[in-house]
Amino acid sequence: MYRTQLQLLVIVFFIGTSLWGKTIEVCATCEVKSIKEGIAIAADFDTLLIKKGNYKEFNIVIDKPLTLKGENYPVVDGEDRGEIIRIIADNVTVDGLHIINVGTSYTTDYAAIRVVKSDNFLIQNVVLEKLFFGIYLERSNHGRVYNNKIIGDAVDEYNSGNGIQLWYSHHVQVDRNIVQGTRDGIYLEFSDNITINNNTSINNLRYGLHFMFSNDDVYTDNTFENNGAGVAVMFSKRIKMIGNLFKKNWGTASFGMLLKEINDAEIIGNTFEENTIGINIEGSNRIEYKNNDFISNGWAVKVLGACYANSFINNNFLYNSFDISYNSKLNDNVFEKNYWSNYTGYDLDKDGIGDVPYRPVKLFSYVVNRTPETIILLRSIFMDIIDFSEKVSPVFTPDNLLDNMPLMKRSE
Amino acid sequence: MLKILKYSFYDLMRSRWSYVYFLFYLALGFVLLFLNNDLSKAVITLMNVIIVLVPLIGTIFGVMYFYNSKEFTELLLAQPLKRSSIFLGQYLGVAGSLTLSLILGLGIPFILYGLFRSDAIWDFSLLLVTGAFLTFIFVALSFNIALSNENKIKGFGYAVLLWLFLAVIYDGLFLMSLILFEEYPLDSFSLAAILLNPIDLSRTLILLKLDISALLGYTGAIFKQFFGTNKGLVVSILMLILWTILPIWRLVYKSKRKDF
Repeated sequence: MYRTQLQLLVIVFFIGTSLWGKTIEVCATCEVKSIKEGIAIAADFDTLLIKKGNYKEFNIVIDKPLTLKGENYPVVDGEDRGEIIRIIADNVTVDGLHIINVGTSYTTDYAAIRVVKSDNFLIQNVVLEKLFFGIYLERSNHGRVYNNKIIGDAVDEYNSGNGIQLWYSHHVQVDRNIVQGTRDGIYLEFSDNITINNNTSINNLRYGLHFMFSNDDVYTDNTFENNGAGVAVMFSKRIKMIGNLFKKNWGTASFGMLLKEINDAEIIGNTFEENTIGINIEGSNRIEYKNNDFISNGWAVKVLGACYANSFINNNFLYNSFDISYNSKLNDNVFEKNYWSNYTGYDLDKDGIGDVPYRPVKLFSYVVNRTPETIILLRSIFMDIIDFSEKVSPVFTPDNLLDNMPLMKRSE
Repeated sequence: MLKILKYSFYDLMRSRWSYVYFLFYLALGFVLLFLNNDLSKAVITLMNVIIVLVPLIGTIFGVMYFYNSKEFTELLLAQPLKRSSIFLGQYLGVAGSLTLSLILGLGIPFILYGLFRSDAIWDFSLLLVTGAFLTFIFVALSFNIALSNENKIKGFGYAVLLWLFLAVIYDGLFLMSLILFEEYPLDSFSLAAILLNPIDLSRTLILLKLDISALLGYTGAIFKQFFGTNKGLVVSILMLILWTILPIWRLVYKSKRKDF
């Protein structure tokens, strides 16, 4: 019994060492002085241990399954001459590097780390600075991008790149990254089954997170703050958005979240705070909005164009200038059991549900939709008076757009 | 003139109305800041109050004071005094004491809540400046109305109507015309319409200085381009000064010719 265990242990040990390979050290005083050299002499499944130092290298191609591990964040300086690391083999790990000075080009998307047609990659604990594109995944599946820090210094949209970009890549996990100062923080195009959790995307020029033609993705517990226009979800199906924080996307053309041609999505437990527009919805159907908090936004929800069969249930609308804005008289969406801080009704039977329905669309927001110039009358007494009269007897706003069961207390 | 100004001023102080007005603003300021510690948010709420109440109180007070002190005015007219200095003195006395109540009443709570350490100080000063202008404008307008109407009821009626027109009806007409002519470019029209009404002008000036201006969206950009720059600010202040000077000039002109 004991013997067989020992034999097994020995076997496992041998398999282990052959599988994990040997470690090659890279440093200024080592035998191997550059990362490229290290990759050239390495065998499959070897580990390159890159010691602290400054490596002026670019166009590093990783063409075999290797682990690149940085010790104390060695600096890889591309000197603005182009792409820095390109991964073209499966099972590659890049860990703990500090990559700076990616070249800018108007014809090629130079990236700090580009993964091309490779599966099972892991990119973690990497710090990127002075970049064009950060981490670029191209037709690469089943990988993980974890705990990276991407600090861009983008000024203009036309000559800046995205922090993390996924293009035709499926089943990728993007976790705990911090992305700031790029064009789009995280950008997905034609990428399905992606999970994006616990990331922080702030101060980006355009969108914090951007979906294009990507289906069945989930993003939870992320923070999107002070981005040029917030988060954009476009032309995608079955996206789950849960527990995210959209904050301070404040500007004349900003919003917390933009939904365009989105179907069958779930938006649950998110917080929208101090955005010019909380959610901007265009042509999106069968979406479930549940347990979200809309706090101090200009418009909490702005509905434009054909949006059918959406349901808003158990949300809190607190102190928004406009709760809902609608540009048509037709309504096919359900509002039920939400809490509206502007609600002035009463609850005689004390069941926690107001006895008078609430009308979330103000006449003013209807007028503004029709003639945008009228917004200049914001906060004038005349507007308050006609809003009040419209509330008493609706003429212009869709008369079936109401919450029949408004909550008396904020839903938890 | 200064003597009459001083007399009117002290008269108002003695009549306690100034105190009531002062205490009202003091209470308003404290309650607002107590409920909401955020100075810049309190400025927005105050703006709503100021653009409604200041013109209303200025109008009512001006008319009331003018009619009440009519006998005294007639007594003064019998003295060897210039007519312009009598009326200007009274006018400045009323407008000055109202403005002082406003500035002190709102200033004290805000200073106690740390105005000088906050970046809301410019917004707040703008609020007070426009408040002062509105007081001067509406007291002057109401003096004009009172001077032209011997009948007190009529005078009051016109004064309230004037306030109602500028505060509410004007915006209604403005809105109607915007909707009616929505096919046309309306930028310069709405700019002009805003400039022509002191209440709207004050509201827009303050709004554009605050965060909330982002709500104006890209239409607001046009206004921001105008009011946000120094040139726009100068034009708006000039407009407010014009609104003050014109009624005062008419007051002096009419008072010289009126047969008492």
